[in-house]
Amino acid sequence: MTRTLPLFRMLMLGLLAASGAALTAVPASAQIEINVNRADVQPLPVAIPAFGGQQGAEIADVISANLQRSGLFRPLDPAGFIERDLSANVQPRFPDWRAINAQALVNGQVTVEGGRLRVDFRLWDVFRGEQLLGLQFTSSPENWRRVAHKISDAVYERLTGEKGYFDTRVVFVAESGARGQVTKRLAIMDQDGANPSYITSGDTLVMTPRFSPTSQEITYMSLRPDSATVYLFNLESGRRESLGSFQGMAFAPRFSPDGGRVAFSVERGGNSDIFVMNLSSRSSTRLTSDPGIDTSASFSPDGARIAFNSDRSGSPQIYVMGADGSGQRRVSSGGGSYTTPVWSPTGEFIAFTKQTGGQFHIGVMRPDGTDERLLTTSYMDEGPTWAPNGRVLMFSRETPGGAPRLWTVDVTGRILQPVPYPGAGSDPAWSPLLN
Amino acid sequence: MVVRFTGSTALRLALVATAVASLAACQSKPKPTYPTEAPAPTAPTAPPAAPGPVTGQPTAPIPGSAQDFIVNVGDRVYFDTDRHDVRADAAPILDAQAGWLRTYGSVRVRIEGNADERGTREYNLALGARRANAIRDYLVNRGVSSDRISTISFGKEQPIDTGTGEEAWQKNRNGRTSIVSGAR
Repeated sequence: MTRTLPLFRMLMLGLLAASGAALTAVPASAQIEINVNRADVQPLPVAIPAFGGQQGAEIADVISANLQRSGLFRPLDPAGFIERDLSANVQPRFPDWRAINAQALVNGQVTVEGGRLRVDFRLWDVFRGEQLLGLQFTSSPENWRRVAHKISDAVYERLTGEKGYFDTRVVFVAESGARGQVTKRLAIMDQDGANPSYITSGDTLVMTPRFSPTSQEITYMSLRPDSATVYLFNLESGRRESLGSFQGMAFAPRFSPDGGRVAFSVERGGNSDIFVMNLSSRSSTRLTSDPGIDTSASFSPDGARIAFNSDRSGSPQIYVMGADGSGQRRVSSGGGSYTTPVWSPTGEFIAFTKQTGGQFHIGVMRPDGTDERLLTTSYMDEGPTWAPNGRVLMFSRETPGGAPRLWTVDVTGRILQPVPYPGAGSDPAWSPLLN
Repeated sequence: MVVRFTGSTALRLALVATAVASLAACQSKPKPTYPTEAPAPTAPTAPPAAPGPVTGQPTAPIPGSAQDFIVNVGDRVYFDTDRHDVRADAAPILDAQAGWLRTYGSVRVRIEGNADERGTREYNLALGARRANAIRDYLVNRGVSSDRISTISFGKEQPIDTGTGEEAWQKNRNGRTSIVSGAR
């Protein structure tokens, strides 16, 4: 059963209609507008009282924070709750929740038995007075945050009809030290900034980590004074291996959607071209061979096409080609320069970084270059990565003279906020949903 | 014979200044004086002052050293925004680099291409590589063997000026010729 709340469904339809109208109203090469408050979407009021049992309050807090950050929900202040003796196994007193205008209610109970954590939760439609979802998750107690993320995903999916993205991680480059002497470490954290851990020590410059869509593996680039190398790194085994030596710099790696190939750039004699390596046979094929810079390859979700960055026309622009290098054609057409194309997991958009007149933007366009929309503007925004459901982008933002920070923006450009990770970071890459 | 000043005004002024200085030196030259008798003994005086300090400094860098290259030739040249062609102001420095490298034939260098912060990471890596190779090609054309030169790009990762604004960005758009081995 995938029926969504009637009111919420209306809200989502309104959002889609609004974005549809805006999309058709903006021709590809016309003046680009930044639509921040384009759709007057009211987030859904939801009540998430503390779950019963050990760490029940913390779990409810993580769920609230996730749903709030999505911009589609408005968790209500628990101080206003009327029903206080809520139990996971008794029907809520719906009039008490209607009275505070909650439209949905999430309640639950935590039990620890034999060293295992069990969380039962229910999602209620307050106005219809019926249960929409009832699930139980079991894990080890230290995994309580993941359980909270899984509940968030279940609620999100049930109410929006789209997959969630909360039980995910982000690999990124943690930065420390003064400008000009920055230490860069590969790091990984939960999507909400919690549980950061550091993969490399910082003695070598590392950049542009990217998640495999199919396994707990990343690919990244390491830069030394005498070499630029692309590595594969398995997050579970800790095993690291080089893609190989290419008689030049190797950089800008990204996995294919099936995880079986890596596209990357090789620079020889000053000219950068795109190659693809089959990871099982270790054979690599050159896909571009023009004298311009060709870099930042990103596969379409069906694996059939590759978006990339090239300045063959004189300025950096976005191009699309077949995954075998065939049919290379430019798709970006606005003023300014375009870099870092990243195909959305739904195939619907290509996200990019755009530079116009002293400002940088994160934007999206259709894969044919139409319907360009800029979602952000600042002194320096760079390097978008998609949440696995294609609704949110994470990127790094730098103020003049400041260290870069990680931010997110939703695909409508309406919800822009910093990631609650306390340190400086760049080059984020979102994982697929965890299993 | 009439001496005609055909040089620049500055030179003329310099000559005049020198003449004036010499004249002044003549006029102020003290007349020598000689003691006529031994001085009468007096009360003990303070010991003679210690001689003025002599400070030592290294002479100019050792010819053929990395320091010689940096100070007397110049290890960095600069580029325009999003460009990698060698500018007119860079050519004399690269000519001097090539001459120096021909003189010291056992020196090996690495050319490091750099970009300013006003670009994205991967594109700037590629741009820095172009700059490094533009310098490499220039040196090879001036007779430096290509097997003595390697290149790398640091993209925007190693700014030499961490400020913001065009002045800092211009400094950070550069190519540095770094001596790897063979210098004295």
